[in-house]
Amino acid sequence: MSVSFCGLELAHPIINGSGTFDAIAARRAFGDELIERFPFAAFVSKTVTLEPRQGNPPPRLWELAGGLINSIGLPNKGLAGYLEHDLPELAELPVPLIVNVMGFSRDEVARLVHAFSEREEVSALELNVSCPNVETGLTIGADPGEVARLLERVRPLTDKPLIVKLTPNATDVPAVARAAQEYGADAVSLINTLRGMALDPRTREPWLGGVTGGVSGPAVRAVALAQIHAVAAAVEIPIVGMGGVQRGADALDLLHAGASLVAVGTESFRDPAAGQRVAGSLAELLANSTA
Amino acid sequence: MSRTIAPFGRRAATVTAHTRHGAYVVIRCHDAAGPTPRAGQFYMLASAERWGGGEGERPFLPRAFSVLRVRGRELDFLIEDVGPGTKRLCELGPGAELLLVGPLGNGFAPPRENREALLVGGGVGIAPLAIWQDELDVPTPLLLGFRDAAHARGAALLTGAAIATDDGSVGHHGLVTELLEEELDARGEELEVYACGPPAMLEAVRAMCVDRDVPAQLALESGMACGFGACFGCVVPTTDGYVRLCLDGPVLDARRLETAAVAGAGH
Repeated sequence: MSVSFCGLELAHPIINGSGTFDAIAARRAFGDELIERFPFAAFVSKTVTLEPRQGNPPPRLWELAGGLINSIGLPNKGLAGYLEHDLPELAELPVPLIVNVMGFSRDEVARLVHAFSEREEVSALELNVSCPNVETGLTIGADPGEVARLLERVRPLTDKPLIVKLTPNATDVPAVARAAQEYGADAVSLINTLRGMALDPRTREPWLGGVTGGVSGPAVRAVALAQIHAVAAAVEIPIVGMGGVQRGADALDLLHAGASLVAVGTESFRDPAAGQRVAGSLAELLANSTA
Repeated sequence: MSRTIAPFGRRAATVTAHTRHGAYVVIRCHDAAGPTPRAGQFYMLASAERWGGGEGERPFLPRAFSVLRVRGRELDFLIEDVGPGTKRLCELGPGAELLLVGPLGNGFAPPRENREALLVGGGVGIAPLAIWQDELDVPTPLLLGFRDAAHARGAALLTGAAIATDDGSVGHHGLVTELLEEELDARGEELEVYACGPPAMLEAVRAMCVDRDVPAQLALESGMACGFGACFGCVVPTTDGYVRLCLDGPVLDARRLETAAVAGAGH
């Protein structure tokens, strides 16, 4: 079931979605058994920003029928803190490391990409473009022109594979994917969470500290399938597909829709070893289909 | 703080007993593959059947529960039916499969030198105090607060409780923190407080202990999706900024907390 992705040789096609698995925290909870049975073929770290972020005030979670809304707000130690504290620990993982970065301007993204392009521990970079460009007010990933100008700026800064994480909160996701491909992205990943909201049943005021949040879990699986299918028809670069994957059969669906790799996200909250379980069941399904 | 490392992943445990104690249910399960938890540690629980599973209904996420008691490989959990998750768990009888991840988090640490443990619990928050009584293994003063007589029946799961009820039906008519205040005024300098309960109770305990310079270890609750640091959902504000309760707690030193009234807890 090994797979080649942007020059990386992976043991199987299952990785994690950024921000849905903290390998350093999981090692504190589960010890070295986590390393011995690492559930993903590559590890995507949580979004790194230039400056440290505390994240949004709680409450940060709301359970839905078949999923949840999160309003976490990208807490992280910032670039310097990540390089000093997180990168050495993540380099000990038995799989390639993909670092997810986000900036609030093209300059910020450029500084992040430049910093990581020099680190041999990092196998690839994923650009989180689900944020506003503070200079234009536009959500970068919702606008093909913004994505084109961002890649024009950062593509020359690194030889590492660049993956653009597409937001589903856009009018024309395939157009954004085409812009990413045209301006040098090596792959795209989708879907990020869908914007959603919950009200406190007692007060009818917004429940989440961040007011709105991102919907994930099996509730969004059909949306993911449709968007991956549409993007696969629009670009030739490989796709990392994700959205509500709970079982091998769900991963197989996303592969058939056009994904080369499949990421498990919310299901890891329910079962820390979900990635391993999905990979195992996908291998069985693939073996049976070719038998 | 004490921590037993959890086996990686989710495992099935068989429910061996279901007993009712007034407003509460105790679910006992046989956790054949698990290690012995420390007092104050917790597990993420879900039933194997009729729990999300892609069918589009709640409950979807597992629920966090402090372990009430451990005997060999038998784990007890104290549950009150207050929502879709606890309702489903309360339905589980002998032979049902419980999915669990744990033990997780940091538990209680022994009292500092020359101090005696004083345990304070409210409602379903009495759970970690039972296993802590077992671990301390010495007679320990215990103050418990409940809404009414049906809830106060939970006190029989622990040893030697002084009880307060909101409606006065059992014991002191009023708040358990009023009993605590008397103890702290009488001999605060000899005590270390261990508390678990609803946010308003914990915040009152925190403020009272910090004001009197009495050390206190508080077992907090916060909405959690995963229990092992992945979702970043369960943060509480501390003097060091937000910390993930599942990793750095659920037991936290009262002096580290800005408030024990965690937003969204007790929901």
